[in-house]
Amino acid sequence: MKRNDWLLAAGILIVAVVLLCVPLFRGTQNGGSVSVMADGELFGTYSLGVDQTVDINGSNRLVISGGTARMEWADCPDQVCVHHREISLDGESIICLPNRVALAVEGRETDREVDGIAR
Amino acid sequence: MKNRAAYFGVFTALALIFSYVETLIPINFGIPGVKLGLANLIIVIVLYQTGWREALLLSVTRIVLAGFLFGSLFSILYSLAGGLLSLAVMAFIKRYKGFSVIGVSIAGGVSHNVGQLAVAMLAVSTWQIGYYLPVLLIAGLLTGALIGFVSREVLKRIPERNM
Repeated sequence: MKRNDWLLAAGILIVAVVLLCVPLFRGTQNGGSVSVMADGELFGTYSLGVDQTVDINGSNRLVISGGTARMEWADCPDQVCVHHREISLDGESIICLPNRVALAVEGRETDREVDGIAR
Repeated sequence: MKNRAAYFGVFTALALIFSYVETLIPINFGIPGVKLGLANLIIVIVLYQTGWREALLLSVTRIVLAGFLFGSLFSILYSLAGGLLSLAVMAFIKRYKGFSVIGVSIAGGVSHNVGQLAVAMLAVSTWQIGYYLPVLLIAGLLTGALIGFVSREVLKRIPERNM
């Protein structure tokens, strides 16, 4: 390996570590709700405080229980989103690329409402 | 070179086989989308042995064929975003002195992941998946270094030829 190889590798590593530290400074906290995007549009927002099952266009199924959200089922072949660990912290997300569906945790735990807002 | 088409066919077949082998490897890195990028080995070798034009043609041919064989129309789109950006960056960096095959391959691996993440963010319109960026940067660094290391060893051992 040459000198520039090492510089490049070190540069990428530094950028990655700095980006990894950003959430630490912002402070990770439990989120308030899960927003669901489907085909580039907001499908709905569901409170993490309410245990519920949401059917997303018949292609994915979101389950919220005990303050965490996970994709229980998807009709796509790769099943990446189904195998993804459950999410609950502000900023975490699960995506299903083949179906263009994404879940993202937003807001604060204190914002959790008894009634989720469904659209 | 008169055997240009034949060589290109062999390289395409090799790249396709590597794409297939990769689908057989049951390694789950725990992070969606992180793969070794075995086919990139062929792209890097062709980039060094012949040039970026052949590497570009090979890359596009492989992605379209592998997409129809093992993936979907969507996976072709994501692969193209990663593959084209990766090749552009590799060809660009290769022109600068001070970089070896390993550095070029690292740049390729990292930019491949960045390109795919960008397309994924656009496709699902969710900025939160940008949180994967640091993980994907490190993953690209490691897989790129590995592919670069193997490429260097292969390039040492095969005779030079111009396609």
